[in-house]
Amino acid sequence: MWIFILKRLVQGIFTVWFIATATFFAMHNVPGDPLLNDRATTDAIRANLEAKYGLDKPVMTQYGIYLGNLLQGDLGISFTQENREVNDIIRDHFPVSAILGILAVLFAAAGGVLWGALTAIYRNRWPDYVIMFLVILGISVPSFVVAAISQLFLVNVNELFGVTVLPVAGWGTVLHMLVPAMVLGLGTMAYLTRLMRSSMLEIISSDFVRTAKAKGVPPARIFAKHQLRNAILPVITVLGPSIAAITTGGFVVELVFAIPGLGRYFVQAVQQLDYTVIMGTTVFYGAFLVFMVIVVDVLYGFIDPRVRME
Amino acid sequence: MATTGTTIDSDESFAKSAGKQLAIYALYTLIFLAVLIYVFSIVAGRTGGGASGGAVDFANNSITITLPQEPPQLDAGRSTDASSFVVLAHVMEGLLAYDDNMQIMPGMAERWEIREDGATFWIREEARWSNGDPVTAHDFEFSWKRNVDPDTASEYAFILYPILNAEAVTQGDLPKEMLGVQALDDRTLEVQFAQPTPYFDKLVAFNTFLPLQQEFFESTNGRYGADADEMIYNGPYVVEEWVHGASMLWRKNPSYWGDHKGFLDEIVTAYITTDVNAKLNLFKDGQIVETHLLAPMLPEAMEQRWQIDRVMDGTVFFLEFNHREGRVTDNWNLRRAMQLAQNSDELVYKVLKEAAYLPAVSLFPVWIQGLNGAFRSEYPPVEHKMNLELAREHLEMAKAELGIEEFPPIVFLTGDTPISILSAEYYQELYKQNLGLEIRIDVQNFKQRLAKMTSGDFDVVVAGWGPDYDDALTFGDLFASWNLNNRGRYSSPEMDAQVRIAQAELDPENRLDAFGEIQRIVYEDVVIIPMYERGWSFVVDPRLKGFKRRSIGPEVDFNFAYIEDTED
Amino acid sequence: MKELSSADFLPLEAGQEIHGISRPSQSYWQDAWARLKTNKRALVSLYLVIGLILFTVAGPWVWSVDPAQQDLDQISRPPGSERSALIVADYSPWDTEGLRFGEGLTLVGEATTQSVRLKWDALPGSNGHRIYRNIFPVGPERSYGIPRAEFFDNSVVTFEDRLDLRVLTYYYVLVPLGPQGELLDNYEVIEVDVHRVTTVLEAIDKGLIEESSNLQIGDALNLDWHPLGTDYLGRDMLARLMAGARVSLFIGIGAPFLFVLFGVIYGSIAGFVGGRADQLMMRFADFVVALPFLLFMILFKISFGIGPGESGVFPMLVAMVVLMWPATSRLVRGQILQIREQGYIHASQLLGAPRRYLILRHMIPNTLGVVLVTITFAIPSAIFTEAFLSFIGMGVAPPTPSWGSMSNEGIKTMLTTPHELIFPALFISITVLAFNLLGDGLRDALDARMRNQG
Repeated sequence: MWIFILKRLVQGIFTVWFIATATFFAMHNVPGDPLLNDRATTDAIRANLEAKYGLDKPVMTQYGIYLGNLLQGDLGISFTQENREVNDIIRDHFPVSAILGILAVLFAAAGGVLWGALTAIYRNRWPDYVIMFLVILGISVPSFVVAAISQLFLVNVNELFGVTVLPVAGWGTVLHMLVPAMVLGLGTMAYLTRLMRSSMLEIISSDFVRTAKAKGVPPARIFAKHQLRNAILPVITVLGPSIAAITTGGFVVELVFAIPGLGRYFVQAVQQLDYTVIMGTTVFYGAFLVFMVIVVDVLYGFIDPRVRME
Repeated sequence: MATTGTTIDSDESFAKSAGKQLAIYALYTLIFLAVLIYVFSIVAGRTGGGASGGAVDFANNSITITLPQEPPQLDAGRSTDASSFVVLAHVMEGLLAYDDNMQIMPGMAERWEIREDGATFWIREEARWSNGDPVTAHDFEFSWKRNVDPDTASEYAFILYPILNAEAVTQGDLPKEMLGVQALDDRTLEVQFAQPTPYFDKLVAFNTFLPLQQEFFESTNGRYGADADEMIYNGPYVVEEWVHGASMLWRKNPSYWGDHKGFLDEIVTAYITTDVNAKLNLFKDGQIVETHLLAPMLPEAMEQRWQIDRVMDGTVFFLEFNHREGRVTDNWNLRRAMQLAQNSDELVYKVLKEAAYLPAVSLFPVWIQGLNGAFRSEYPPVEHKMNLELAREHLEMAKAELGIEEFPPIVFLTGDTPISILSAEYYQELYKQNLGLEIRIDVQNFKQRLAKMTSGDFDVVVAGWGPDYDDALTFGDLFASWNLNNRGRYSSPEMDAQVRIAQAELDPENRLDAFGEIQRIVYEDVVIIPMYERGWSFVVDPRLKGFKRRSIGPEVDFNFAYIEDTED
Repeated sequence: MKELSSADFLPLEAGQEIHGISRPSQSYWQDAWARLKTNKRALVSLYLVIGLILFTVAGPWVWSVDPAQQDLDQISRPPGSERSALIVADYSPWDTEGLRFGEGLTLVGEATTQSVRLKWDALPGSNGHRIYRNIFPVGPERSYGIPRAEFFDNSVVTFEDRLDLRVLTYYYVLVPLGPQGELLDNYEVIEVDVHRVTTVLEAIDKGLIEESSNLQIGDALNLDWHPLGTDYLGRDMLARLMAGARVSLFIGIGAPFLFVLFGVIYGSIAGFVGGRADQLMMRFADFVVALPFLLFMILFKISFGIGPGESGVFPMLVAMVVLMWPATSRLVRGQILQIREQGYIHASQLLGAPRRYLILRHMIPNTLGVVLVTITFAIPSAIFTEAFLSFIGMGVAPPTPSWGSMSNEGIKTMLTTPHELIFPALFISITVLAFNLLGDGLRDALDARMRNQG
């Protein structure tokens, strides 16, 4: 078990190195000049700026310095936020994205399991149809449309009641989180609902359920102990990739709802060609996802005894 | 997925009891989620901070506003972006400042004198930093010398060039001590000019001229302006809290010398967003005191019965040609043909549809002042008429001069903002229809577009220019051959001569004549094709009075804003 | 029931026909197709997909309007809007010399979509005026409408409005300004009905009439018909949607095909070769999987750069292929490993089948089902990715339309002209849905475990 975790961790470190390298070279291939601004500067000032960010050195030297700093956990200084370190930026903004992401994943997982179970229980009856219709919408409508429409909806609701029932944008309280997290989790929730439904149906027609029924086990117990428990397993396997999709998919939601998360920051940094922020954010996200996948793998080993750690 | 049904799922009683069990689980989940969200909101409270009491908070004499983006830093010497300018305009004050009617008024200096060879400013006695120290002439001397120092790498260093030796210091040719500014004593600041600078009073209201206390600056170890407690203030407000990327809190500065500014106790910038739709929604929801409106939002604004106002933003947008040798656009006949084949009225009225935009007819915007009235009524721009026949004639002449049968595709460089893309798409079709020219649109983000502008990798670029100070020269010197912001590298001795007059002439009338000439040359030599002057339609919470949107300086100005007492 | 006799139990003679006792032999694909046909949802989605492809490929033949053509007289028109227009003279600037005043705020000439001309007399106590335009009567609290112009003295008492005039009733409000430029209370209102007009020149330009036709000023004609309305530049929505479909479907279908192809080759080599090479190849695939997808899409997009006149479709395609192949290669490798251990492969090997035969006859056909399902499910996600990137402004470059970039444009005018968002979003949704359902159907149909269940 421990050897398995250790092996995965070593692998993870190599993966992060690969991500860092790919990011570095992709970034240095970008046309354009991060040091240019609206007002043109003189050569002397420009040379100073280049020296400040180490852009005057050969690329391979820059790469060496970059990897060295990365090993010490130093992601450098932002090009646009001249006095802020990328580490600070991530520390300030990542928790926001993370909270939003975790909530979205939980909404998606809880919703997916509950709705999926419900549709399976009431198969081919109206709850099934209603939910599956919503699921189809959730799968096929692009997230930015959902985000924009739900914000519009909030405005109208608030107008209807004459008070702010739920804030339409911003961040800071419980109320700010609810709708963005739901919007963010919607696609995944729809996907999980479908998955849960089919996995429930597969199990309900399996032999051990039939046996249990024949033995006279009470229905609620069959449902809870046999059907639900086994049906959840496939849902958990896809949670790992879902977390990845949700954390990076937060861009749109953060943009639309004016949430100060890392995704929004990344989009801005790209527009400003803020090298260090782009590289730092990408490497950080990459490392985070690698770690999450390892965690999910390990957890899965605990939950499902059939999975053997090699 | 859809396995065929067996008897079990049609079993009514199974569904019932399973449903019941599921409901119990759902309840658990809900409780768990509720608890979790509560915990998260406590954590998030520390990352967001800016939960506010609505747009206008009577009890706390406080308002809530938005900023377009997080200020990169608030070190005035190095700031270049609109957000920083807005914050700095509220928390700092220069020697001179603008009043609520856009006129220059005393700031840190109680009086001043501008001569041919220099200027003297007398700092007021009651001027204080937020830490209680007096603001002295030394603070200005230190700040200006620091800003021209190449080590500071201030992108706005050029704006100090009218001061003696500024340019040489910036180039690294002279030490910064040689800059022509000196504090004679704590309250007298003496400036020597490199050449006569009649508009110097307007200049010192700009950010790069703001003071900086040496002692405090050095105590921050190069992090000056990075955080709320890593700077000191001398304006009507101070930054009390700065949650990066999320919110700011400005509080009334008790050390501020005057009582003509800063009537609010608190200004909360609870939202940092560029999304105009989100801003509109926030305004509608009573969360922020003002927002600007784009054309598609106007019907809704009318339906809401809002009082819509408008203001010129100061910026002029134009198609700038690449005049470098070897470019087709170096050919005057081609430029003239392109000028004659368009009409900015159509662009603004039909394509952009923005109610507050004006079709541009000159490099100089409508609000620039002349001797007694508006500059443009004293020096009317050349009247432009679209003339396709003449345009095609010029096009033929251009072909003959260049010795080509067909024009190569013309590269239209543009930024990635919706309006500039829209304009480029419009011109692409326009020139195809009217002149048979093939336009290739090259959409690039901000920095990539600048890189291409600087290296000259374009034929035409959709560009804009906003004013730095309240004088025609802020536009007038743009196409001088030595100006680095002249990205199309336009160069003509006639233009250079007029710019020199405009820079150094002391007689106001002769000076304005020079601007008149510059305006004429820009049209006749087709240096640019003016597109539009940007303006904003905007709405303000009716309870807030004295709010200003400006053409020069900060975009939004709450210095003179106060809450009207209607609820008592 | 037939009575049996002993004659029925005689052995058959050679050459005599055997009763058909078994169903005809069905190949894997025939069987799958038969099953797909019984799945209504999959069938409907298959028709939808065929419809979409027809729309994209054959659509422009049927509806041959240039998607770049701008009809500035009909900007952002919803489908089915009124399009008759009167002919008026070409626009010329307004000569205000010799106007007679003394009637207060009045309309000069006809109010048309070309221009609305107003004149007035200075209101008492005014130091200038501000003129507003409203689409509602003046409400309480000075809600006058959109400010159109202001004059800070009384030397100008005329105003010509040309901004985005539509066939509506406008209320023009004249508000006097005080000495400080503040609004005074004694305003004046005029109600103006605007008519749609066009000029002979414009009509000829757009090919609505022949050059020789003798239409006179005052005659009526119909402007171009746009079945799905027009966009913010007066371009035909239907033609734009077709052009957008080419881009969106090209990326949406092209990218999955390419990366699946690459994944199949990579995965089958790894699976077939096995050993150290397999290990190494799969490690590399793991690395690529770990790259944060959207971040790298954006990164690649900007690092490729888009030159003038380029649409950026190709860089996006390449970026997708580079980032998305590992999942398929893993899947295919797993399949190959599984198949390699199957009895029939061993049998085939024993019978002396060469490697090439094994790969071509057994391995590839047996993974095809899985691959097909993978492609079908990859299409929706590719389409979403394109839409998402275009939405945050990092997708295809304008003026190339794609459904994503059209939605991005449409979302800005969601309130006033919803059709500009609804149509492209609808097409995205339908496509995504169709491919998802088709994928479900294919998976069920191709699933070998279900082969014997009806």
